[in-house]
Amino acid sequence: MVKETSWASRLFDIFNIIVLAVIALVTIIPFIYVVAGSFATQRELLEKGFILFPTEFSLEAYKYIFSTSTLMRSLGVTIFITIVGTLINITLTCLMAYPLSRRDMDFRSPIQLLIIFTMLFSGGMIPTFLVVKELGMLDTYWSLLLPGAISAFNLIIIRSFFQQLPPDLEESAKIDGASDPGILLRIVIPLSLPALATFSLFYAVGHWNTYFSSILYINDSTKWPIQVLLRQIVMLSQGGSLGDTSSLESNFIPPDQAVKMAVIVISTVPILIVYPFLQKHFAKGALLGSVKG
Amino acid sequence: MGNPIAASKPTITNVYRRQRLRRMVRNKWLYIMLLPGLLYFIIFKYVPMYGLLLAFKNYQPFLGFVDSEWVGLKHFNRFFGDPLFWKLLSNTFILAAYNILFFFPLPIILALMLNELRSQAYKKWIQTMVYIPHFMSWVVIVSIAYLFFTTEGGLVNEAIASMGGEKVQFLLSPGWFRTFITGEVMWKETGWGTIIFLAALAGVDTQLYEAAKIDGAGRMRQLWHITLPAIRSTIIILLILRLGNFLDTGFEQIFLMLNSLNREVGEVFDTYVYTTGISQGEYSYSTAVGLFKSVVGLVLVFGSNFIAKRFGEEGIL
Repeated sequence: MVKETSWASRLFDIFNIIVLAVIALVTIIPFIYVVAGSFATQRELLEKGFILFPTEFSLEAYKYIFSTSTLMRSLGVTIFITIVGTLINITLTCLMAYPLSRRDMDFRSPIQLLIIFTMLFSGGMIPTFLVVKELGMLDTYWSLLLPGAISAFNLIIIRSFFQQLPPDLEESAKIDGASDPGILLRIVIPLSLPALATFSLFYAVGHWNTYFSSILYINDSTKWPIQVLLRQIVMLSQGGSLGDTSSLESNFIPPDQAVKMAVIVISTVPILIVYPFLQKHFAKGALLGSVKG
Repeated sequence: MGNPIAASKPTITNVYRRQRLRRMVRNKWLYIMLLPGLLYFIIFKYVPMYGLLLAFKNYQPFLGFVDSEWVGLKHFNRFFGDPLFWKLLSNTFILAAYNILFFFPLPIILALMLNELRSQAYKKWIQTMVYIPHFMSWVVIVSIAYLFFTTEGGLVNEAIASMGGEKVQFLLSPGWFRTFITGEVMWKETGWGTIIFLAALAGVDTQLYEAAKIDGAGRMRQLWHITLPAIRSTIIILLILRLGNFLDTGFEQIFLMLNSLNREVGEVFDTYVYTTGISQGEYSYSTAVGLFKSVVGLVLVFGSNFIAKRFGEEGIL
């Protein structure tokens, strides 16, 4: 490349670097503020208002949270849902994607059409709710695991991914006497691990962040995932008249600012920790998603 | 039957059928693998579609789905006759328009800026930071907004108060609702939205830039004549997708930001379906509202796809 050293060009570069730094900071500072606040004392929070690094480092908020049964139980529910849910998601998606990727299978296109149609049109909230209800899944973890077990979108992408693998590999495995499940397990899946890791992350983030389906299907507050509890603690404990406070446990004390922040941190950080490990893959995964199936 | 051509036809079909059957037996494992997924789609996607018939019935839990009485378009008439219908329609449209006007261009601009960076390491850093909010739930985002903007000890209001100003009811006033919805979407999704544009930009032939430089084009002219046209089709496709999902204004986010005081501007079709259906138990009526939304949504998807093809783009279907 020809090096550009004109003044206008230099000025543009400097301007660009600064503006981007500002954008990145604006994106990240609210979150850093919350993290810092969760380690601060109530006094410092009240005095300074805005801190990005607490001078009096305090673990009080976390100690309080880890001593409450409500929050720990919710965290447990969320961890359980995320692990089991993601396993179900990825297993069912792979099981279905593989046959659909095989050109020698009959009824392939009608089945795909059936799947794609669900991306365009759906029964909507109430009929789906009634199906879950009729199946007796209300107030069970199944209602958080099964109704979203396969994302049609991810399925189509993973199918396309499987399809690109060289068919010769399968041929030779077959000659060596491998069965179809064997081929999926020993050849197709190992070759697709980066893609599958990316989609597992997407599924896992979905489960970790699940909020609305729990509002819809779970009335029993002992089975609430952390996100539902977070809303109760941060949004409904203030203002009093906001929204429906009816479902809030009456013995729950209105927490101070640091505790609220600590709950936000706990309900965010675990899933964010997974992200750097997969970052190099997901740009590719998200991109596959944008290409027409 | 004496006609040899007519007689040979069924045999060809028979041979074909027999071949297919043999193939299916040989591929039996494929069908077994397919089964759980198929069951999933039937139970959780297609049975609810059949359940949409509720919109034309008067659903009574003790009678059940089959025995509940047919009422034709009664629920639809009630909905379209209600002044609330226009309220919901305009709320949805205004939020969607805000989204397209204020949010949609941002990822494009950000991607263009990132693309101009010479240091790859710096680019990586910025990207890592701006992607993060995408992985946060709406509850977390809205909670953070609460911590910043509530009148009870919220950062922004404390700052206003300390400077002698009057506290502002950001979260309770209808006037601020749309600003907050759009602002939160900007904060959460702008960075993530750049991925697809950056990919499109990575595909631009660098020779074009070399040639432009030799012709004396500055960076702004290169941007205008090479970079922007290169991502034009990506922009159009995404805009069309967005138009196709016009009615799907971020439901969870709106639900979380909604309260009794801003309901006037904040209630959209989805939240209304939830309130009347789940909270008040009017299953049939809210199913009708949901069906209306789904049908309009489907029309929008096909409509925008048609427009895409008219523009000479590939379309999405």
